[in-house]
Amino acid sequence: MQIESDCVLKFLEVVAARIKEQRDYLTELDAAIGDADHGVNLDRGFSAVMSKLPALTGRDIGSILRTVGTTLVSTVGGASGPLYGTAFIRAGAATADRFQLSPCELVVALEAALEGVVMRGKATRGEKTMLDAIAPFVETMKAGVEANEDPLIALRKAVAACEEGMRATIPMLATKGRASYLGERSIGHQDPGATSAYLMARAVLDVVEGRDAG
Amino acid sequence: MKKLINAPENVVREALAGMAAAHPDLLRVYVDPDYITRADAPVQGKVALVSGGGSGHEPLHGGFVGKGMLDAACPGAIFTSPVPDQMLAAARAVHGDAGILFIVKNYTGDVMNFELAAELATAEGIPVASVVTNDDVAVRDSLYTAGRRGVGVTVLVEKIAGAAAEAGADLATCQRIAEKVNTQGRSMGMALTSCTVPHVGRPTFDLPDDQMEIGIGIHGEPGRTRQQLASAAAIAELLARPILEDLPFRRGDQVLAFVNGMGGTPLIELYVMYHELSKILAGEGITISRSLVGNYITSLEMAGCSFTLLRLDDELTRLWDAPVLTPALRWGM
Repeated sequence: MQIESDCVLKFLEVVAARIKEQRDYLTELDAAIGDADHGVNLDRGFSAVMSKLPALTGRDIGSILRTVGTTLVSTVGGASGPLYGTAFIRAGAATADRFQLSPCELVVALEAALEGVVMRGKATRGEKTMLDAIAPFVETMKAGVEANEDPLIALRKAVAACEEGMRATIPMLATKGRASYLGERSIGHQDPGATSAYLMARAVLDVVEGRDAG
Repeated sequence: MKKLINAPENVVREALAGMAAAHPDLLRVYVDPDYITRADAPVQGKVALVSGGGSGHEPLHGGFVGKGMLDAACPGAIFTSPVPDQMLAAARAVHGDAGILFIVKNYTGDVMNFELAAELATAEGIPVASVVTNDDVAVRDSLYTAGRRGVGVTVLVEKIAGAAAEAGADLATCQRIAEKVNTQGRSMGMALTSCTVPHVGRPTFDLPDDQMEIGIGIHGEPGRTRQQLASAAAIAELLARPILEDLPFRRGDQVLAFVNGMGGTPLIELYVMYHELSKILAGEGITISRSLVGNYITSLEMAGCSFTLLRLDDELTRLWDAPVLTPALRWGM
C-alpha cells in the first residue's frame, strides 16, 4: 500500500463531498450539546479547500496538506478550525517533499497530526472530543504497521477502532469544549468532532480501497 | 423561520455593510478578512484594544468600536469564532506602536483562534497581550469544564480598559485593569425561548411555553437546568444568589449592576428585573453606584436576560465614567 499525491487529492475530494452531504447531521449533533455550527463550518472550510485543489495537482504531499491546514485555519473558525488546521499543517510538515508515502510514513504523518490536535486543544482522551476518535485510529494503525500486518488490514482495523472511539463518546461526560458547559446533560449524545474525525478516517480507507465515490 | 434577511449566508456581511453605512463618522468596515476599526485608527502612541467573536451577539463587539472603547472588532460567522487572519489584519490596522490588547471571551474556539493570531502578530513584531473573560457563574468547577464562559463582564472590560487606553495607559496597565474587571465581575443568565441561527433555520433547542432555562450562555446552547417558569422576583433570586455567593459580594460593597437582555426581551421587562435586583442588593446592604440596562450582549432573538455585578473601586468607577463614543454606548462626548 503506497499513498500517492493523487490519492491525497482524491481523499480531500471525498471528505469535502461527504461533509457537504453530512452537513446537517453534523450540525444536528452539535445542536444537541454545542452551538449548532460544526457541519456548516467544516463545509465552508472544505469548500475553500476544494477551490484550491486544481492549483495543488502535481505538488508534493507536504505542500498539499499544509495548504489544506492553513485554508482550514483561515476559513472554519470555532475550535475545529484551529484543531483540524493544526493537524493538517503538522502532517504536512511530516511529509514535506514526498510524492508517495509508505505505510510507515503514513503513520509518522498521522502521529504528527495527532500531536498537533493534542497541543492545540490541550485535551486528553475520555473528555468527549475529536481526540477520542483520532487517537485510537492513529494508535491502531501504528500498532498494525509495527507488527508488520498487511497495511490494508491495519487500516481497516484502525478505521474500526476510530468508529468505536466515536461511538464511545455517547455515554461520556464532556469536560472540554462547549459541550462541557452542559455538565451531565452532555451525556447520551455523540460528539460532533469525533464524528467528523471518523468521516475523514473512513475516507482514507475508502480511497485506498477504490471506493472513492462521494 | 421568520427573519429580516435576504439569504442566511449573507447576514453577517450585509449587517457589516449596514454598520458602515450607518456610522461613517465612527467606523471603518473591511471585508475579507472581515473586521471593523474606529474611523481614526491607528491612534499613534495609544494601546489598541482588539476583540471579536461569533456574530449574533450584537451590539457586541462591533457596536463597541470607537473612542474610549475598542479599536477593532472581528466578527465571525454567527456563533462561530473569527479566524486568525481577521485578528491579524485588525491588529496591523490599529497598531499605534503601543501594543495590542486582545479581549477574548472564554470559549474553546475563540481562545484557540486568538492564540494563533497572537503568535502570528508577535512574529511580525507587534506586541500582544491578552485577557480572557470568564465571569459566568452558571458553569461549575473549572477543573471539569472548559472553564467559565465569558459573558456580560466582557462589555464592562471593553469599556473600562478602553477608557484606560484612551487616557494613555501602557499595555501592561491596560491588561491589569482588564483582568481586574474580569476578576471583580460575575454573571448569570436565563432564557425564556431558544433562538434560531439563520443558516440552521429552526430553534437550537425546544423550550415548552411553561419552561425556562437557567444558566445559559450566549450561543443558544441550553442551560444547566430547565425549570418551571416563575415570577420575575423568583427568577431574579435564581440569578442573583449564585453571583452574590461566588465572589463573594459583601455588605458595604459598591457595585455596577448590569441587567442585559438576550435580544428578544423588551426593555420594560428588563426594568422589572432591574427593580427586583435592586431590592435583593438593598437587602444585602450592597450599594448600586452605577448601572447599565439594555441589550448589549445578546443571543440573536432569544428572550431572557442576564445579571452582571461588578465590584467597583475608585479606579474602575472613574474609568467607567470616562467619555465613550461608539454606536452602542456613548456618553460624556
